Amino acid sequence: MIPEIGQLALILALCMALVQAVFPIAGAHKGVASWVALAKPAALGQLLFMTIGYACLTYGFLEHDFSIRYVATNSNTSLPILYLISGVWGAHEGSLLFWTLTLSLWTGVVTLFSRSVPEVMVARVVGVMGVVSVGFLLFMLLTSNPFVRLMNPPLEGRDLNPLLQDPGLAIHPPLLYMGYVGFSVAFAFAIAAMLGGRLDAAWARWSRPWTNIAWVFLTLGIVIGSWWAYYELGWGGWWFWDPVENASFMPWIIGTALVHSLAVTEKRGAFKAWTVLLAIFAFSLSLLGTFLVRSGVLTSVHAFATDPSRGVFILLFLSVIIGGSLLLYSWRASQIRSSVHFTLFSRETGLLLTNVILMVTACSILLGTLYPLVLDALGVGKISVGPPYFNSVFIPLTAPLAVLAGVGALARWKRDSGLSLARKLALPMLLSVGGGFALTLWALPHFSWGAALGLVLALWVLLTMLLWLKEQGGAAGLAGVFKNISRAGWGMFFGHLGIAVFVVGVALTSIYSTEKDLRIEKGQSYHLGGYDFLFKGAERSAGPNYLMDRGEVVVSREGEHVATLFPEKRDYRSGMPMTEAGIDAGLTRDLFVALGEPLGKDGAWSLRIYHKPFVRWVWLGGLFMAFGGLLAALDKRYFRLARKARLETEANTAGGKA
Amino acid sequence: MKARHKRFVFLLAGMVGLGLASWLVFRALDSNLSYFFSPTDIAQHKAPKDHVFRLGGLVEEGTLQRGQELTVRFVVTDGPHKVNVAYTGILPDLFQEGQGVIAQGRLGADNVFVADEVLAKHDENYMPPEVADALSEAHVEGVTEMATKGADK
Repeated sequence: MIPEIGQLALILALCMALVQAVFPIAGAHKGVASWVALAKPAALGQLLFMTIGYACLTYGFLEHDFSIRYVATNSNTSLPILYLISGVWGAHEGSLLFWTLTLSLWTGVVTLFSRSVPEVMVARVVGVMGVVSVGFLLFMLLTSNPFVRLMNPPLEGRDLNPLLQDPGLAIHPPLLYMGYVGFSVAFAFAIAAMLGGRLDAAWARWSRPWTNIAWVFLTLGIVIGSWWAYYELGWGGWWFWDPVENASFMPWIIGTALVHSLAVTEKRGAFKAWTVLLAIFAFSLSLLGTFLVRSGVLTSVHAFATDPSRGVFILLFLSVIIGGSLLLYSWRASQIRSSVHFTLFSRETGLLLTNVILMVTACSILLGTLYPLVLDALGVGKISVGPPYFNSVFIPLTAPLAVLAGVGALARWKRDSGLSLARKLALPMLLSVGGGFALTLWALPHFSWGAALGLVLALWVLLTMLLWLKEQGGAAGLAGVFKNISRAGWGMFFGHLGIAVFVVGVALTSIYSTEKDLRIEKGQSYHLGGYDFLFKGAERSAGPNYLMDRGEVVVSREGEHVATLFPEKRDYRSGMPMTEAGIDAGLTRDLFVALGEPLGKDGAWSLRIYHKPFVRWVWLGGLFMAFGGLLAALDKRYFRLARKARLETEANTAGGKA
Repeated sequence: MKARHKRFVFLLAGMVGLGLASWLVFRALDSNLSYFFSPTDIAQHKAPKDHVFRLGGLVEEGTLQRGQELTVRFVVTDGPHKVNVAYTGILPDLFQEGQGVIAQGRLGADNVFVADEVLAKHDENYMPPEVADALSEAHVEGVTEMATKGADK
């Protein structure tokens, strides 16, 4: 009964989405107030039915209703409750349901928190999001229904993919989806502004906090995904340039460009057409990401068993959304004029360069990701593009970004003199180059140009940001810093600081990490990165839904005990083996041990050992960036705008009564 | 600077940047592509002798040998043809006999494929698209081969 209610709820949600997609946009076009007014109730209605549908599937998981095929294939009775809840989005159908729920959630929130935006504009935004909802609900109901029943329900379900039985996975997809789907808000605002023909600074101001929040979610999602892959996959890497990772990284890069471009559009009224285009691209790449993950067209560690008919549907949907919005853009773009001038040395130039670099980077990643697909489709051959391609393109392209992060913030809007800028930047330049090389020479195990470059760039960002603080503080010094800088300013500060931290992490961990695969017997020890790893053997024991070999490795440094690690090799009931690494985490280094297979009969094992300096800084940098984005989204001026609008409407209704 | 000059400077900077980027991209693409070959392709000498490539197929049942040391040997097959593979290191969790596999490496002089990387996957039911294609092609070829042999008799 419950699954049928869920099914019905999804159909009703589709009806609501249809209403939401058609009437508000048509009403805004024809000027029918009653149609425009449908936007809010339709969006909230869709949210209600989506929530009911989602709750029904979750109930199916909690109650072990194995007559639902999705529940039967993705859970069993011994699964811990956390993974019953997160299992809902663990596979294709459920993750799609989650995607759609997230979309209706964003739509609902937009209708509730957009008092400062004219009703017609909100109606158009909600309408555009309705179109996307219709597409996804149709996709779900036609090709991937989560409520399909089994005629002969099994007594026991299979199991959730063991890789996904981890707290990291419980939060990674939701965060990522919040980010992906969140860009639909920026997209909808851009389309709505084009539909209305009013591409002024106002729409940029309205969509800016939403874009920032979506970007924060995406940042956190990627950071947690990377961290999860690091400790769960047992390879000790934190980024593999896997097509699916790229699929989340491309919208992030374009989103970063969008966040910066929106700032110029709001503050200076420039880059209007460019910002619109970025909003379209960011969301299109989010959709493309969904397509890549869900169609199984690429060989990827993330690719799950899939059904090609789904790929065709998403591809069609993708071309409708992207094609339609680009068509609208080409029709309206001629009317978008940015009549603002700025000189070569100005913050605008810095942001323009940043945007161009980010765009080129995203394109080169897109090329590397889609190249195998295109060649295969042309019948030229089956190829794959390896991580070295991405590294050798990404690093030289993005290194100038770190330089710009410092210059851009210190340059003035509109015009600055090259000479005064150079004078200002001379000291940080000198200190960062000197400091970076000195640190590489004396504080690190051996000299490396890559590490020196990384440290110079990181110091440069840090020093220019401190200089920026000093400038903002003015004569009042430290007191002035806290008085004069807005939350958005602090957002920029922490976001850019995140770059510095990230660069240190990437440079040091990729250059100074050491690893070893070895055969080790009970009682043997191995020396790596200044640490001694003593293998005390592995024992067989049982977890809730798996059996495991649990190894014990005692790590010491110059005779002093550092940590005892317990790497595990699990055999899940579903028959799938899993490696759980033993990790000792630290701010300056991680020690990482993973069990391979037993070798021979005398208790010897293959063991993989890593010493990874500064690997935590990679994720720490990401967290800094996310924190900065959050601060920027919570800037006081957005609340002021909302309050002003509320007061105005209250005054209007009061006036109406009198 | 006049507006026209300024536009020219921006344009020039853009062109230089784009040129630099595409140079980087094509240089990197050129040296980092690896082609995919099936055991049948190797038997037909289509695979390069001096370049890294990817080999895909099924791990043949009963061929996995783990020695006392880290080197593992197994046979990859697509039905009609087989290739011996050697890999030193720790295999991914989901490596199993009878399952699909993709290995990256070089073909040695003794026709043993020396892999530096064996690709892992997330899902036991997942078959890499290349492997699935290779298997179905090999199947078709095997059938036609048999048919022609039959016709000869």
